[in-house]
Amino acid sequence: MANLRNVSSSPHFRNKTDTKSLMLDVILAMIPATAFSVYHFGISALLIIVLTVLSCVASEYIWEKLMHKPITVMDLSAVVTGMILALNMPPEIPVWIPMLGGVFAIIVVKQLYGGIGQNFMNPALAARCFLLISFAGLMNNFSSAKIGFDALTGATPLAMARTGDITSYSLFQLFLGNIPGTLGEVSSFALIIGGIYLIVCKVISPRIPLTYLATYAVFAFIFGQHRGTYIVYEILSGGILFGAFFMATDYVTSPITVKGQYVYGILLGLLTGIFRCFGASPEGVSYAIILSNLFVPLIEKYTMPKAFGKEGK
Amino acid sequence: MSLSTFKGGTHPYEGKELSEDKAIRELSFDGDYVFPMSQGIGAPAKPVVNVGDHVLAGQKIAEAGGFVSANVISSVSGTVKIIQPRMTTGGVAVNSVVVTSDGLFETIEGIGTERDWTCLDKETIVGIIKDAGIVGIGGAGFPTHVKLMPKNPDAIEFFIANGSECEPMLTSDYRLMLEEGEKIVEGLKICMSMFPQAKGIIGIENNKPKAIEHMKELCAHEPNIEVKELLTKYPEGGERQLINACTGRFINSSMLPADAGCIVDNVATLAAIYDAVALSTPLMQKVITVSGDAVKETANVKVRLGSSYKRILDEVGGLKEGIEDAGKYLCGGPMMGQALFDLDVPVTKPSSAICAFIHDEVSENPTTACIRCGRCVDVCPEFLVPALMQKAAAKHDLEKFEELNGMECMECGSCSYICPARRPLTQSFKEMRKLVAAQRKIKAEERKLREQQAAAAAAAAKEAEEKKEDNK
Ligand code: SF4
Ligand code: SF4
Repeated sequence: MANLRNVSSSPHFRNKTDTKSLMLDVILAMIPATAFSVYHFGISALLIIVLTVLSCVASEYIWEKLMHKPITVMDLSAVVTGMILALNMPPEIPVWIPMLGGVFAIIVVKQLYGGIGQNFMNPALAARCFLLISFAGLMNNFSSAKIGFDALTGATPLAMARTGDITSYSLFQLFLGNIPGTLGEVSSFALIIGGIYLIVCKVISPRIPLTYLATYAVFAFIFGQHRGTYIVYEILSGGILFGAFFMATDYVTSPITVKGQYVYGILLGLLTGIFRCFGASPEGVSYAIILSNLFVPLIEKYTMPKAFGKEGK
Repeated sequence: MSLSTFKGGTHPYEGKELSEDKAIRELSFDGDYVFPMSQGIGAPAKPVVNVGDHVLAGQKIAEAGGFVSANVISSVSGTVKIIQPRMTTGGVAVNSVVVTSDGLFETIEGIGTERDWTCLDKETIVGIIKDAGIVGIGGAGFPTHVKLMPKNPDAIEFFIANGSECEPMLTSDYRLMLEEGEKIVEGLKICMSMFPQAKGIIGIENNKPKAIEHMKELCAHEPNIEVKELLTKYPEGGERQLINACTGRFINSSMLPADAGCIVDNVATLAAIYDAVALSTPLMQKVITVSGDAVKETANVKVRLGSSYKRILDEVGGLKEGIEDAGKYLCGGPMMGQALFDLDVPVTKPSSAICAFIHDEVSENPTTACIRCGRCVDVCPEFLVPALMQKAAAKHDLEKFEELNGMECMECGSCSYICPARRPLTQSFKEMRKLVAAQRKIKAEERKLREQQAAAAAAAAKEAEEKKEDNK
């Protein structure tokens, strides 16, 4: 009996899915949107994406090295943050801006709060908001040399809808993504493929994205122009699909209770509606998500499930 | 038709194919048999034999040490070698009677005598079951005679036979249903005879179609017994989940199944009840599964209680060639079983399997930070929020843990299994639950003490008063 055996408390099996494989799935799900952005905006888009990811990964690595913390870059979460941040950039952005954003996302939003799982705001989105405040002009320039959207025609469909013009881009154009916008948000088609992939592979539950989109659609119906095409127009533009599938579902910053996820989706839909209807910023989605992130602890507190057999007590 | 089940739960690798086609065979050997005085829930039994005594198989060697406690029966004939603490599967030493077998397996008189149970009254049946030392041999080890005496027998509406066998790797109940299904049905009828209002349900997961079909055939002429096909999902066989799947009712940790009009017994327990009541045979043997990717030959073996796991594994064929030692040995299945650091421990009444695995998935998957993915919440069959419970556990915050309903945790392991960050959730809950239970006990004792003191003080005051009166 001298040899030591592995003993541990039950259970003794582990599911194959781990943090890394989940992050890898999210990356895969963003490939269609990434590929489309490169096709649509040209090779400069690829450069932005790759360098932003590198900036995030490097920030995480260097910080953890300096702080003598275990190196967690292999869990791929920094890659996900980098991709989301990059896909939120306008096409002509000087590449150092998203790289700076990457440093901010990883160090200020994620690591200073204790690393993966501890941050209360979505790092990529917090960084986007930080960049929007710091570099408003550059961040709102949606012209693109590659496809000939200049500063004038480069208004995003959403910005145009705000002025009542929903005719300059057809729904089909919106669906495919042949429009100006940030790198990742333009092609609804690519985003829906990615979203379906995440749901089918059970990486995310459809609870948050669907409640979000449904609430927003209702909001748009009530406060918008009471027309079916208008609602579809709203849903297909302004990055709400990207937000619903990839950003609102960020594990760390969304509620873990089931009921809480519905509440969160509704809150997102309402806030997005308010930001879009009463303010014309194209980043309504980002602001709505960041703001809702702050409500997560509260939502969780009031949506704790009733334990089995303890209903009504 | 959608199959009955409960909400939550997971689908771990089942591993049933490894041993499900292995017919039950008997395995007896010479040597020492160890009978711990504590084999499941309840007070330890008290030895009634002395060192040097000659005992027979079927003889009572220890008597129940309280109401919730069970007799211990020798499974072999031989001499009592020693009575001393011995290591058990739980990793703690328990006072045990060690009997050296004489290899003859002589039984006490009357064993195997058939008995017509239909003319026995309830008290007699419960008495026989108690004498036979039967406990819930599906896992918990709760004394069966206690379960069969609920406060209000007329309120029992369902007697549920647990044939779900949801724990991965285990196939002993499955084989028992196929090979000794009659005993299970008869055992169920014996139990139902004590509860006039009760309907019988045999719950079986649908990954065992042959067992479902066979049990349905056996029950074809039993209008009062229904074989219920359950959707395969872990932990279907948990008492609360099974009741929910079969009847739609809910009970929590502070309720008994009887509060929901149910009694649940494992199919193997029912077969043991039949043996005891109709064949005058106390609980001496038990079918266990030998499985895992490290064993050479998987098996379902009927072994004598008190047999050493090591011996069983060796007799069945040991480990695969080329494997010196397994990465992990388990008593029981991978979800709720105990890891063994010493294989030379005895089979007890609730034992169900010995598994040997080449790899230890736990030590090979180090823990990382919780990413709040919510998977643990989705799978928890008790509708808890394991991620937050663990936060409380990490801070040793007993109050918060209780507030999060931590005491409702059934320690099923689903959350730890599913967690992508490989957090030892279940493990921390086990520790917390023990701490909370201990704290509750202390508090209750303190309260009792205070009450006693208050009563004593009141009595003293009264006496003084009376004395005063007398003096007047
Ligand atoms: S499953 Fe694990 S990582 Fe996910 S929320 Fe629960 S504890 Fe955290
Ligand atoms: S071990 Fe406890 S907390 Fe975890 S899933 Fe099972 S019942 Fe829920």
